[in-house]
Amino acid sequence: MTDRALSVVRAGALTTVQDRGRPGHAHLGVPRSGALDGPAAALANRLVGNGPDAAVLETTLDGCSLRPRSPVTVAVTGAPCRVRVDGRPAAWGGPVRVRAGAVLDVGPAVLGVRAYVAVSGGVAVEPVLGSRSTDLLSGLGPTPLTDGAVLPLGAPAGVQARVDVAPQAGPPSELVLRVFLGPRVDWFTAGAVRRFLSGVFRVSPASNRIGVRTTGPELERARGEELPSEGMVLGAVQVPPAGTPVIFLADHPTTGGYPVIGVVHADDLPAAAQARPGTAVRFVAARGRGGF
Amino acid sequence: MRTLPVGADALLVEVASGEEAQALHAALLRRRAEGSLTAREIVPAARTVLLDGLPDPARLAAELASRPVPHVPPRAAETVEIPVRYDGPDLADVAAHWGVGAAEVARIHADAEFRVAFCGFAPGFGYLTGLPAGREVPRRSTPRTSVPAGSVALAGPYTGVYPRSSPGGWQLIGTTDVVLWDHTREPAALLSPGTRVRFVPVASTGPAT
Repeated sequence: MTDRALSVVRAGALTTVQDRGRPGHAHLGVPRSGALDGPAAALANRLVGNGPDAAVLETTLDGCSLRPRSPVTVAVTGAPCRVRVDGRPAAWGGPVRVRAGAVLDVGPAVLGVRAYVAVSGGVAVEPVLGSRSTDLLSGLGPTPLTDGAVLPLGAPAGVQARVDVAPQAGPPSELVLRVFLGPRVDWFTAGAVRRFLSGVFRVSPASNRIGVRTTGPELERARGEELPSEGMVLGAVQVPPAGTPVIFLADHPTTGGYPVIGVVHADDLPAAAQARPGTAVRFVAARGRGGF
Repeated sequence: MRTLPVGADALLVEVASGEEAQALHAALLRRRAEGSLTAREIVPAARTVLLDGLPDPARLAAELASRPVPHVPPRAAETVEIPVRYDGPDLADVAAHWGVGAAEVARIHADAEFRVAFCGFAPGFGYLTGLPAGREVPRRSTPRTSVPAGSVALAGPYTGVYPRSSPGGWQLIGTTDVVLWDHTREPAALLSPGTRVRFVPVASTGPAT
């Protein structure tokens, strides 16, 4: 068969198509979206010889199974998991050849949350506003994978990487997130800011692609009034009336009306997206640029 | 005008009013188009403009503090006309709130000249200002789990049109068949910040549902 497509044998709990997202449309209410663990998605693309803008699959906790209709090279990165081709063990974090009709099984995450599956040629669903990413807040992009669905693949562009397994940092057992205070730190009491920077929070099971919700010490406000809606950025730590922080991830709303106490350093967000419910989270003041 | 740092590469510029935010947004867009400002996102909101993806936010903050962006008259944009059937289920509530009859609500709304102050909530959802002072309405005490696409609605000082069916707490005064958002269209959004809008009453084809 020369049919460049992937059949979805087992979609998993939540598997979506992701690339580098659709930044530049926030003024229209369009979230940026894109792979939550960008470095893992980029590595998967490099391993199979794809360019950085190729779309990959992002799984959630329990992996997925796929059957390519033509021979492909795949790579699984991100959350460590067992990889099998027709039941035989294959490399995680390295290029794997899969013949037409064989079943690639990406097993449940042993650590972390999200595994990335790159396929040579990339997932070639129709882009929306320049991106193939599924945006779960606004519903833009392809729907999450379903059993039996067929995804088109692009033509392979490059050659697969000449490595067996690429090293990757494992998800941490405790998240330490560098945070730039503001823009609305003055909406909180001094005690709340102290607790924010010294307390231990935990990742809540209600977390998703929109944000990492946390439980922990309540951060009481110094001001009671409503904040008029304002623009939100990736990594913003918004504090809703319940008083525990939400860290905005790629599918975050573009405007919001709850005060943002701080913004997490962009380099710390992939780890945040890989943190399982229950993981301890600490916020530490970021040094250097920001908060100037 | 006050500039607040937002993370490592964004700035939130806070101004005194929605009108100032709209003027600042227009001026910043013009500077970006001229090439004197680099920003990935310029996001206006109720009292602020967010600039994200800045190469040097500290320098821009200092520059804005020393040389505030001059108020420029917004460019004369085309007016988008949105035909509306004033048949919304909350028309009577809004009429009671304003102390007028239901037909008067339609007249007041259709007489107003609106501008998209900012977008948010959903792709293509604009927060339109332009209702006369004193016509603010509260949100519904219980939000609806599903508001149909094309619903013309009021909340606070704003008018909005739901681009697609979604939960919502705004007061529904009418319905339009206009497509607010279509990602296969260029531009996808009918309404973007700065767009002028008029609502044009059309005869209701049936009872409100």
